[in-house]
Amino acid sequence: MATVADSGTAVRRPSGAAPPPVWNRRRREALAGYAFVAPDLLGLMMFVGLPMVLAIGVSLFNADGFGGYTYVGLDNFRQMAGDTQLWQSVRVTVTYTAAFVPIGFVVSLGLALLVRDHFPGVGLVRTLFFVPHVISLVVVGIAWQFLLVDKQGAVPTLLRPVGLGDTSFLGDPSLALGSLVAISIWFLMGYNMLILLGGLKDIPKEYEEAAAIDGAGAWQNFRHVIWPLLRPTSFFVLVNSVVGSVTGLQAFDLVYVLTQGGPAGSTSSVVFYIYQQAFTFNDHGYAAALTTVVVGFLVAATATMFGLTKGGRFDAG
Amino acid sequence: MPVRLRAIVGYVLAMVTVAPLVWLLVAVLRPADELFEVSLPSRLTLDNLLYVLTEVPIGRYMLNSAIVSVAVTVIALVLHSMAAYALARLRFPGRRVIFSMIVSTLLVSLPVILVPLFLVARELGLLDTYAGLILPAIFHAFGIFLLRQYYLTIPRELEEAADLDGCGYLRRWWQVVVPLSRPVLSSLAVLFFLANWNAFLWPLTATRDPELRVVQVGISTLQGQYGSAWNYVLAATVIAAVPTLVAFVLGQRRLVEAIKTSGLK
Repeated sequence: MATVADSGTAVRRPSGAAPPPVWNRRRREALAGYAFVAPDLLGLMMFVGLPMVLAIGVSLFNADGFGGYTYVGLDNFRQMAGDTQLWQSVRVTVTYTAAFVPIGFVVSLGLALLVRDHFPGVGLVRTLFFVPHVISLVVVGIAWQFLLVDKQGAVPTLLRPVGLGDTSFLGDPSLALGSLVAISIWFLMGYNMLILLGGLKDIPKEYEEAAAIDGAGAWQNFRHVIWPLLRPTSFFVLVNSVVGSVTGLQAFDLVYVLTQGGPAGSTSSVVFYIYQQAFTFNDHGYAAALTTVVVGFLVAATATMFGLTKGGRFDAG
Repeated sequence: MPVRLRAIVGYVLAMVTVAPLVWLLVAVLRPADELFEVSLPSRLTLDNLLYVLTEVPIGRYMLNSAIVSVAVTVIALVLHSMAAYALARLRFPGRRVIFSMIVSTLLVSLPVILVPLFLVARELGLLDTYAGLILPAIFHAFGIFLLRQYYLTIPRELEEAADLDGCGYLRRWWQVVVPLSRPVLSSLAVLFFLANWNAFLWPLTATRDPELRVVQVGISTLQGQYGSAWNYVLAATVIAAVPTLVAFVLGQRRLVEAIKTSGLK
């Protein structure tokens, strides 16, 4: 590559003369630029780009899990329509997202407003809200499983006076997903609180003081000053939460450790279902087809978002 | 809300938030037959912790986690810093396209590409190796993005002064840019270390060999193995969480900075 560039530039300058310093400098800068970016770029291509492309290829085959592949055309995609467990996992993910995102947002915003201004020990309080997020999801899952053990666990024991002592929070198909949402909120509320706190700090105090002088109460102040000015940050937190609950580690690790998708598939998220197809049932072809659909869905969703927000500007519209 | 009321609500909610973790810690120190008691323990014991430390290869798990987390953190910081410097400061054709390509990978998460990534790792012979645990964990656009934003704010004059002294680009990066970006690099170091110490899904998928088991996979395996021997499972869980909490306490301010800036896209 260097030789090609050499002969190309050699034509432009009189033979024998020293290369113009600007040319030389620009080429050195470009070479350095490529060399500096190359390792990360190649790594991302290898471990993010290639898998996305490979998923499409593998989705056209049936793999037996021992390295043997048979071409099956679009069969894996046709299989999805009649796969009731898949549709149940889609319902689980949609329900989880619909509950986690709004409730989690309100809780995080409430906490952020609570600890925005100074009171004695406010720093420690903020830290304590954030602590659950530092711990791994596996530890979180094991801890809550212990606290929710049927009849004996701390939560049923403490809730016995209100008649919930015999409730099976992880074993009852109508409750398990709710428990998962609650634990996810506990895990993520401090993280979202910090991001919202960053947004709140950027709102000039003068605006609120002016509103107070005009006789605005706490609610009016929130509704007409804080809320509109916080919109870019809120939007970021909401989008982040949706993406996290559909594709994030929270949708896999917690499910794996807490419930293994059960009882009766009531907590089996889409990403957990794909994992099972690939590694419990060794159906790599079908798992790759599902991956392709999810990636396609993500690309379409992102494109739509960019369209709606005029190029990804969160504060627009 | 008056300050005093806000303070009281804050204290109560903060205590409720950490109560489950405190409960876990106390349970580990209880005698096994009192595990589910809702009361103060009659005595404190280290039996559960000692049993796990002697009977379970938790030291091995922690060592594996430490090797992987430190390796990923160091390599990622070096590579991301170099790439971010080039993307922020050096002029070369295709720079904007490359940057958009890198940022667009932010939309893909590990759970989504897990299956084809496993196939790639298998073809490369990376399964059941340290390299297989480390390499795929390095490449992530978030760090590159954050560093690039930071490098855009470094005054060019500083670099140009170095240029007059005849520094090459490698030395400019290492001797001018890296020292100036120490705060953001240490924020990312805390973030990367925590994320990799806590990583579960990829190590679970990429290793079968018990010798390569990282601590998160280790404790989740114990949960299956020891079933109802909660005292041992919990003891291992607490031990696994200790380095996380130490890293958090040491790097708390840096970590908070990184998270706050991540919201300002």
